[in-house]
Amino acid sequence: MKSYAETAGAVEVADTAVVRGPNAVVVRLSVNGTIRNILVEPRVSLLDALRDRLDLTGTKKGCNQGACGACTVWVDRRRVLACLTLAITCETREVTTIEGLSDGVHLHPMQQAFISQDAFQCGYCTPGQIMSAVAFLAEGHAADDAQIREWMSGNICRCAAYPNIRAAIRQVRDEAGTSGPDAAG
Amino acid sequence: MRPVSYSRVADVATAIGTVAADPDSTFLAGGTTEVDLQRIHVARSKRLVDINDLPLRQVEELPGGGVRIGAVARMSDVAQALPVRRRFPMVSEALLLGASPQLRNMASIGGNLMQRTRCGYFRDVAAPCNKREPGTGCAAMTGVNRGHAVLGTSEYCIATHPSDLAVALVALDAVVLTQGPAGHRQIPADDFYPMPGETPDREHPVAHGELVVAVEIPPLPMASTSNYLKVRDRESYEFALASAAVAVSLDAGVVTDVRLALGGVATKPWRARRAESVLVGAPATVESFRAAADAELADAVSHGMNAYKIELGRRTIVRALRTVTGDARMVSDDGNPP
Repeated sequence: MKSYAETAGAVEVADTAVVRGPNAVVVRLSVNGTIRNILVEPRVSLLDALRDRLDLTGTKKGCNQGACGACTVWVDRRRVLACLTLAITCETREVTTIEGLSDGVHLHPMQQAFISQDAFQCGYCTPGQIMSAVAFLAEGHAADDAQIREWMSGNICRCAAYPNIRAAIRQVRDEAGTSGPDAAG
Repeated sequence: MRPVSYSRVADVATAIGTVAADPDSTFLAGGTTEVDLQRIHVARSKRLVDINDLPLRQVEELPGGGVRIGAVARMSDVAQALPVRRRFPMVSEALLLGASPQLRNMASIGGNLMQRTRCGYFRDVAAPCNKREPGTGCAAMTGVNRGHAVLGTSEYCIATHPSDLAVALVALDAVVLTQGPAGHRQIPADDFYPMPGETPDREHPVAHGELVVAVEIPPLPMASTSNYLKVRDRESYEFALASAAVAVSLDAGVVTDVRLALGGVATKPWRARRAESVLVGAPATVESFRAAADAELADAVSHGMNAYKIELGRRTIVRALRTVTGDARMVSDDGNPP
């Protein structure tokens, strides 16, 4: 192996960080605006914590290896995969799931659009599709179908409802006028 | 996943000290590789040290036209950063052609550089793999190797390196900045990735407890019109079968300078120095591009199912060069595909 010039800044090696686990520890999560304390091991994914500990089963487990997008949720309003996120890393962050998307009375426009456009068959990928789609419109590059295809490619639909999913996204985009980069929220 | 303990750190010195002192620990950033590999028992750390709070998220312009990218910056943020888009579009394109929007929101730049191969045998703990368990053999040699490398291979390993970003960084002579118990190091991106040789388990020069803190891309004016071409089985959310990061400077139709690196066809992000040397001083024509591509792939080795990658690598080089030199016609004067 080649060696490279070393500069100043040697670090005195010390293990000073607080260790939590491997047994279950109290993890404090903020989910859909509510603080929830759960007792989980550090290895527990955000996906399993949501589904098995918080009874928020709207978020789906598809591949559990970051390939399908069924578990898409928001962490600090950015769309991420809950299966590759450890729950304990989400302390101090805000988690939003499909259950937190509507105001509890009216569906979110994207949820309504998925119904109106018949944008699902079996429905298993749908919560992830919707969480991804809402974030995607906020990101602001949904000008045409090619962009929708590219920026929604992280959500796989085994039923291949893609044309209707794109129609639902177009409907919300056109109703809200969020087609350009200036609409990023 | 096996049980792990967890620490969250807020400064670089604590992060380094903590991991360096605990041989069973590792850094955790975006988690898109680490959590995945822990779950399938390919990675076996007993303690994860969360570095997401470290102040390493900035993308900064450097004097003279370079860019410095913090190691914990997210792929999606770096791809959109104006200094990157303006000065090094090949970097932005390589990032945006990788993974999915969700994964790009999670994955860090340091983690991208440190990601492991996607070879299916590396990921299968029941299969022999010299990279995962030295001395056990390589199941890919006679196995399903359609996705494997044709350049830089050894009799021990033919796995490709999966990063698109690293291909662009190798083309640009970027430098990886690390900090560890022994101090700071600056490692050229090309040297960051050794050839597999007899030790494919040694994938980088980073010691246990040493942390990638940033990447610096030095100034390169011709990179402002660079591009990254990625060829794959589907148009999105897929690893490269072949890719090329390219920047060219022309004077009166003659190549005066060129940077070219390949992904998907080699065991490491592959700087195409043979092709570069053929191109410098040559006219920017399809014939020159083909000669350069032939030179680069001259020593390519197939292991059966990946034989197509030799010709695919050539064509990817030619097409990338045609695109970046403004000749985007997909059929050449003799009527054949480039």
